[in-house]
Amino acid sequence: MSAGTPLLVASLLSLERGGRQLFSELSFEACPGELWQIVGDNGSGKTSLLRILAGLCRYGFDGRVARTSLPLYLGHLSAVKGLLTPRENLAWHIAGESEYSAARIESALASVGLYGYEDVPSHTLSAGQHRRVNLARLYLSDAPLWLLDEPFTAIDRQGVAALETLIETHVAEGGSVLLSSHQPLAVACPVRQLALPSGAIQ
Amino acid sequence: MKGPSTTGFCLRLLRRQLVLAIRRPVEIGNPLLFFAVVVALFPLGLGPAPERLAEFAPGALWIVALLATLLTCDGVFRSDYDDGSLEQLLLSPQPLYLSVLAYTGAHWLVTGCLLGLASPVFALMLNLPAAAIGTLVAAVLLGTAVLSLLGCIGAALTVGLKRGGMLISLLILPLYTPVLIFGSAGVQAAASGLPAGPYLAILGAMLSLGIALAPLAIAAALRISIDA
Repeated sequence: MSAGTPLLVASLLSLERGGRQLFSELSFEACPGELWQIVGDNGSGKTSLLRILAGLCRYGFDGRVARTSLPLYLGHLSAVKGLLTPRENLAWHIAGESEYSAARIESALASVGLYGYEDVPSHTLSAGQHRRVNLARLYLSDAPLWLLDEPFTAIDRQGVAALETLIETHVAEGGSVLLSSHQPLAVACPVRQLALPSGAIQ
Repeated sequence: MKGPSTTGFCLRLLRRQLVLAIRRPVEIGNPLLFFAVVVALFPLGLGPAPERLAEFAPGALWIVALLATLLTCDGVFRSDYDDGSLEQLLLSPQPLYLSVLAYTGAHWLVTGCLLGLASPVFALMLNLPAAAIGTLVAAVLLGTAVLSLLGCIGAALTVGLKRGGMLISLLILPLYTPVLIFGSAGVQAAASGLPAGPYLAILGAMLSLGIALAPLAIAAALRISIDA
């Protein structure tokens, strides 16, 4: 279907939580240039699946996940420290993967609409702004594979549009994005849907 | 792919932890205040006779230092777990062994190191012989570093629990006993004019062993806690 080696291969994933089978024998491949949307009711295992794919859950499920590189995973928790400023938060978030560059961080914060908020303590920001600090990482990361858990939560309408554009660009540049969301995506590129719990792929 | 050096990353992590501690000074002040208040209670409980206080001083100072460290251990990974920073740390390409060493180092700097530096004042409150004060500072500095490493194992294991405080004490206190035994014995020896070198050497050996092994346990415990 798509060219290039898959960035992520999931084979025969099954997960049981609290005596309930959330999904079973889920298999798919995320290739460069593909956008995947994971859909399903609340409690159908979307977050658990993304955590397994990210490598945060390593036990308690069946099946195998193979990744070619470290993914960029943004979960429900924003990882933003109230005592640090957005600039400091972001500098710390990317410290593991790239060298510190004040200019890049400033432009990323400006891209998510936080120009002028770089140096205020994060606890004075709203939930949506915390999420924006978190999403600024998408502008800074070199990771080809993005795993986004409900990235549109708490974001206003312009923010959603900007994020959709960013995802489109990333996919067009040969990256791959898996995201969980309840809303239909307004993007130009084709969206492959993975429905939980059935595992049906469209 | 170019990445930042591991040393640079760990220094950045250490600096972040220290900045967080300085912006919430209560966390730095609490163990020191606890130390001061408990030491002030001893003359009330044991009687104010200076000879008697001097007799109990090494053990008393060590027990208080140990409890002050234990009190603060619980919080080392707590806030990072709650806000998701820990997930990101585990996903970062840097070795977790060195990252947790940076966490532990930061914890020691804001608790054990300060306690060690402040301990001469508390030693005078309990009439510890002046000859033993140098040994006390050295022993507390070495010993609390071991306590921080051990305490972080407990903190990493219980970080997923809402109330891990009591469990940490149960898990970690038995491991604290060797440090307490050799630490207070060293100060006791110095107070009675005997050489304290061997005791400090044993504390140093424990610290080396702790630096080599504890981060492995902390890293594994964090992975389990995040997995749950």
